[in-house]
Amino acid sequence: MSEILVENKTVVIPGEILAKGMDYLPGENTYREGEQIFSKSVGLTSISGRVIKVTSLSGPYKPKDGDKIICKVFDITLSGWRLKTNTAYNAMLNVKDATRRFVRKDEDLTKIIDVNDYIVAKVIRVTSQKLIDLSMNDPDLFKINGGRIIKINSQKVPRVIGKQGSMVSMIKKFTNCDITVGQNGLIFVRKRDNGNECLAEKAIKLVEKEAHIGGLTERVETFLKSETNQ
Amino acid sequence: MAYEKRLDGRKINETRPMEAKAGVIPNADGSAFFKIGATAAYAAVYGPKEMVPRFLQDPKEGQIRCHYNMLPFSGSGERIRPGNKRRSQEISMVLKAALKPVVDLTDFPNSVVDIHVEFPQTDAGSRCAAVCAASIALADAGIPMKDMISSIAVGQVDGTVVADLNYNEEAYDAIVSDIPVAMTNNSKQITLLQMDGEISKEDLMTSLEMAKEVCEEIYIVQKNALKDKYKLPEGFVAKKPKTNVEKSNDKVTEEKSKPETESSNEKSKEDKEKQ
Repeated sequence: MSEILVENKTVVIPGEILAKGMDYLPGENTYREGEQIFSKSVGLTSISGRVIKVTSLSGPYKPKDGDKIICKVFDITLSGWRLKTNTAYNAMLNVKDATRRFVRKDEDLTKIIDVNDYIVAKVIRVTSQKLIDLSMNDPDLFKINGGRIIKINSQKVPRVIGKQGSMVSMIKKFTNCDITVGQNGLIFVRKRDNGNECLAEKAIKLVEKEAHIGGLTERVETFLKSETNQ
Repeated sequence: MAYEKRLDGRKINETRPMEAKAGVIPNADGSAFFKIGATAAYAAVYGPKEMVPRFLQDPKEGQIRCHYNMLPFSGSGERIRPGNKRRSQEISMVLKAALKPVVDLTDFPNSVVDIHVEFPQTDAGSRCAAVCAASIALADAGIPMKDMISSIAVGQVDGTVVADLNYNEEAYDAIVSDIPVAMTNNSKQITLLQMDGEISKEDLMTSLEMAKEVCEEIYIVQKNALKDKYKLPEGFVAKKPKTNVEKSNDKVTEEKSKPETESSNEKSKEDKEKQ
């Protein structure tokens, strides 16, 4: 007889048995061996219908198509730029994907994007060997000027963004900053007039630290209100 | 004279007091502290990152690389000379072999995960402590793992099979054997088995059975260390999450309540007021 051995939203560790029997299906971060389903990482269980998955609480970023990420240029080639993506793999940004204007063959690419510049780009292709192609052909993708880059665990990114962007818009409102969240765990923060980048960074770090505890939005709101005396 | 009472008064299958904590090094991707008696290990995991030198890259899966190191002041005798030695090289190698069977890095080809284990203090059983600490640190770093690995040294001292030998027992003036064992928690598959000294076949089998029991205890310490990291702060009451069955029931009740008459709506209003 099949049965689930863990409750929904409990912390499990690798190798922990989640369910017995063939009526349940292993989802993300789980695996089946014999008639049992085991966890593959430290995370929160999530049971939806017959599928049991584990939402990882930490871990490396896995690049996938369509993700908006923040990367740093470390090399320039004949046809584009090579970038660090905060993963084990480097990405490639082709000239034709970087700008819509015509670029002459002998043009100095450092005039467009220089080494050590940060950019916000979109992943357009990932191969099985994790060769990543990027594009900047979208209005919300840009080269970063000023501000600061904050690094967090990439698994906490959804909590920083919140449901329909609720968390990030709240931080933006209280700190008067522009915030761009990269799926790879890098966050770009730049203040507007009378903005407070330090407070935005503190709030983001608070979200990262307490991401697994419920009622996060209220706690961050209280924190931001107390810091801004509102 | 046979070894009837242990030098520190423990039972034959009793370990030294254990202590573990996950996430002790903020800069690392995952980290852990594991202490058993006077042997203390800090493990830090970095990665997956690009494997250099590149000729060591494996295009099929990621690899793990272990570094075992005893700090100069960690011994009880003379200063330990820093740097790579034959012993630390060997232990790094067995550490890698002990952890590799459970680590699944197929999603990270050409990459490497570095595991550094440092000892501020040692009193025998350091490679076992290294395995335990590294296992917690890997899980803390979110590296996909099929199981946890627990490790303990068993052996015999003058004819008595004991678990978790300390330095005085290893140096006991009689026939002694020291057998570090590491095993997975669920399937109890052995991933590390070494031996120093002499032991009879029967005693070896007894000591391996004892290792199985003790590894269960170590697993509980490891499990608690990982779960404590995500424990709710004191005095914090979490909202009870709804299971999907409850959610779907809610939907059903909502749907049912829609076509109901006004009187039933009034009833529900009253109920709400009461609540």
